[in-house]
Amino acid sequence: MMIETHGLKKSFRSRQGRDKKAVEAVRGVDLAVEPGEIFGFLGPNGAGKTTTLRMLATLLEPDGGQATIAGVDLRRDPGEVRRRIGYVAQGGSTWDESTAREELVLHARMYGVGKAEAQRRAAVTLEAFQLTEYADRRCKTYSGGQRRRVDIALGIIHQPKVVFLDEPTTGLDPQSRAHMWDEVRRLREEGMTVFITTHYLEEADALCDRIAIMDHGQIVAEGTPDSLKQEISGDVVNIGLSDTTRASDVLGSAEFVRKLETTDNGVRLYVDEAGTAIPLILRALDGEGIALGTIELHRPSLDDVFLTKTGRTLRES
Amino acid sequence: MKLFRDTWLVFGRATQLLLRNPVWIIVGIVQPVLYLLLFAPLLKPALGAKTNAEAYQVFVPGLLVMLAIFGALFVGFGLIAELRAGTIERSRVTPVSRGALLLGRSLRDVMSLLVQAIIITVLAIPFGLSVRLGDVLLAYLLLGLIAMFCSAVSYAVALKVRSEDALAPLLQTVSQPVLLTAGILLPLAFAPVWLKNVAKWNPFSWAVDGVRALFNGDPGAPAVWKALVIIGVLTVLAVFWAARSFARSVR
Repeated sequence: MMIETHGLKKSFRSRQGRDKKAVEAVRGVDLAVEPGEIFGFLGPNGAGKTTTLRMLATLLEPDGGQATIAGVDLRRDPGEVRRRIGYVAQGGSTWDESTAREELVLHARMYGVGKAEAQRRAAVTLEAFQLTEYADRRCKTYSGGQRRRVDIALGIIHQPKVVFLDEPTTGLDPQSRAHMWDEVRRLREEGMTVFITTHYLEEADALCDRIAIMDHGQIVAEGTPDSLKQEISGDVVNIGLSDTTRASDVLGSAEFVRKLETTDNGVRLYVDEAGTAIPLILRALDGEGIALGTIELHRPSLDDVFLTKTGRTLRES
Repeated sequence: MKLFRDTWLVFGRATQLLLRNPVWIIVGIVQPVLYLLLFAPLLKPALGAKTNAEAYQVFVPGLLVMLAIFGALFVGFGLIAELRAGTIERSRVTPVSRGALLLGRSLRDVMSLLVQAIIITVLAIPFGLSVRLGDVLLAYLLLGLIAMFCSAVSYAVALKVRSEDALAPLLQTVSQPVLLTAGILLPLAFAPVWLKNVAKWNPFSWAVDGVRALFNGDPGAPAVWKALVIIGVLTVLAVFWAARSFARSVR
């Protein structure tokens, strides 16, 4: 395992008027992330994603629990963990008046690298992130997407084994976001493990090999995006036809149908997987000579998963 | 060894950014020069000094201590801007020495103060200021310690409060009485007894006495070693406190 945690906990004291109150931000998180994975942490704002990430990145000391990152015990040797990980914060990490090249050279040198080697690495990294053209301009002149790329370049300049990205695409336009996804996939191709937080469903779905859904400081579901979606409801097939009574008789008893409902203009079937169910549906209806109007399939989204696990949708929370 | 290397790295970066900021050149150099040219002439009659030289001899050390205190006390604002930009957090995920994150910055502040101090001293010479080289170097050491102390305190407080809105009134509230009871602009020789007693508790009043003694060519005066000891101890304490704040997880 590249990252393994058991019962990781953190609470903060917050003050409301005169009352001091402990807020449990992270309430016992168990994680296991394989080397070479893009692991996504999905959840609404305030779920505890950033707090967990900051603990794993040695910025925040856990109140309880254990974690091993890239083979090093987080609580016993945070200094060695720092050498092996990269961290890209949500709010950015560049100074307006510095250039991307200066930032990269400085950052590489903070890992103990000599000046010449730091300059060489900065040049290579700038090239890889297509930043060479702007490398000697001040950061304040960059677009949002360019600046975000500099942030990621800073996070990986020392070739870490794991890189933590905290909401790397928040605030980016759709094109820059797609570009960022490509960058993240490229990091995996280079052999890095990527741990990413997001509150965008599409992002978790499209980018991550595996995700954990977090809510109120706890992990409520974990798995590949597809398995999570299947686990909750399977697929839904809406069939438009006029003879609902006969169709219900025929399909209701079929083995591949989990559940059947009649609707205003046909029937709705819940099946494990629409791809294999549709040919069977067609054959069954055809065999009984039932005329079919329309057929429409709906695959559950991660939002449906979130709804099932937490009782509300991610978009409204 | 690593501490030295990392301190040098942070110092270099901090200095680079300082030089890139034209406001610093204006505020940091023009302002003290204006004090020297516009305020000092008022002092000759006010102090009852016989010559301009005598007035400068009293005023320049006070001006230098004031610069050391105020120049360094407000560096925390720059740190809050860095916290907001994320550059501090970026440093804190690297294995860079936590002490260096403070020392590099504070030494930059000391250096910037010493540059100002040298400019002022040199400019005051044509007005009749005279001081021996050894004495002035010792005075600069004392000034450097004052700047180090104030800058470390400022960074530690800035890391604690994390907002300009809280830092500004806090520093104003503390610095004003400190300034007034340190005998910086006018010597406390004119003060009533109760005010002199209050001033005894103000470490900067000892520092001002020490620097004045040095500019008077009296390095053996007890005020000098007392000032060095008091400010030296305070500086060490402040540096430890601030370095710990950089190491501690914040937020």
